[in-house]
Amino acid sequence: MLCIRLPARHMAAILAAFTLTTATCQPLRAADAPMVRIENFAFTPPVLTVKPGTTVTFRNDDDIPHLVVANDSSFRSKALDTGDTYEFTFTKAGDFAYFCGLHPHMQGKITVAP
Amino acid sequence: MTHHHDDDNGHISRRHALECMIWAGTGVLWTISGGIPVSLNLLGEAQAAEAMATGFTFLQISDSHIGFDKAANPHAIDTLKEAMGKIQALPQKPAFMIHTGDITHLSKAAQFDNAAQIIGGAGFDVHYVPGEHDLIDDGNGKAYLDRYGKGTRGAGWYSFDQNGVHFVALVNVVNLKAGGLGNLGAEQLAWLADDLKAVSASTPIVVFAHIPLWAVYPEWGWGTDDAAQALGLLKRFGSVTVLNGHIHQIMQKVEGNVTFHTARSTAFPQPAPGTAASPGPMTVPAGQLRGLLGTSSVTVKQGGQDLAIIDSTLA
Repeated sequence: MLCIRLPARHMAAILAAFTLTTATCQPLRAADAPMVRIENFAFTPPVLTVKPGTTVTFRNDDDIPHLVVANDSSFRSKALDTGDTYEFTFTKAGDFAYFCGLHPHMQGKITVAP
Repeated sequence: MTHHHDDDNGHISRRHALECMIWAGTGVLWTISGGIPVSLNLLGEAQAAEAMATGFTFLQISDSHIGFDKAANPHAIDTLKEAMGKIQALPQKPAFMIHTGDITHLSKAAQFDNAAQIIGGAGFDVHYVPGEHDLIDDGNGKAYLDRYGKGTRGAGWYSFDQNGVHFVALVNVVNLKAGGLGNLGAEQLAWLADDLKAVSASTPIVVFAHIPLWAVYPEWGWGTDDAAQALGLLKRFGSVTVLNGHIHQIMQKVEGNVTFHTARSTAFPQPAPGTAASPGPMTVPAGQLRGLLGTSSVTVKQGGQDLAIIDSTLA
């Protein structure tokens, strides 16, 4: 299962992405979708390396809300309740450190490299 | 309050002026001596009762997490109702209540409304501070401040005086920094310094905030980065009591003139520091839940500097 609760607009986005990737002969498979899981007050994996243009999904698997905030404020999720997801597309190369806005000892990093 | 630490002149030594008593659901009475909990026999109960009868008492509830419905307690709204029922049934009515934050689980309007109805229904004045769960509405705290921000400064801090005690309500759950802990911030600290200027050193001070103002367990975020600056401002006072929530269990420490105490949640317990992979809701066998939830009543003895803290479970 990729996502448990997907708002309609996310479904639309995924359908759109699927259509696009199909057109460019790069089928997007669920197992390949870059995902950061939030569990036991930690981001897993703590460091994720992706190519520019990749959309990363953050999913909260804890029984407590978490909030994904970039150290440089370039992205910020709403509070994610259990099972909620947040997606952000990383277009520029570089290191993007982030933390939980509610539990700031929780930290992670997305490395964007060609 | 036990007085077995009186010094030769019959005065309670400064170090032991603020002992705490825990009256757990089992009826065991605890006292804190130099930061070490010591179990006493039930003889102390009469002294606790005397303090309750002659002093002024206020009651702390915390972490009601209205809206929480996960396995650790699918009925957080019911356990808050039970807690309020027990408070209303107290033989000595508290003068008022404080709520040390996480009123709601997700800052939703309906959750604030339910909490206000249940807590407000008991008819006590309630002084609130927000927890981090109360500031995650789309307005980043507007929902809380709209309800509880009247007469407060900044993110919702304020002070008031009652029965000769100066109460200071602090907010340490906003502008949290990557890798950090709870945060008071320069603006609030400047306000605190100014607020305390007119207060005499002999006035008992009670400070309350959501996240502990001492380093309970920084590995889990259980502490406040700039608490030392706040405590520095409180050094000249003879009696300082710091009441917090956030960690959903009783922890206490006496350090010089300052007594630190955290309250139980009315919603769900959390593991003791370092005993689990992470903090968070702890699921216990159904019959044990209410023994791990509860409230704290604090009695200030007239003419004395002692504050007796009695924690009661919902069991």
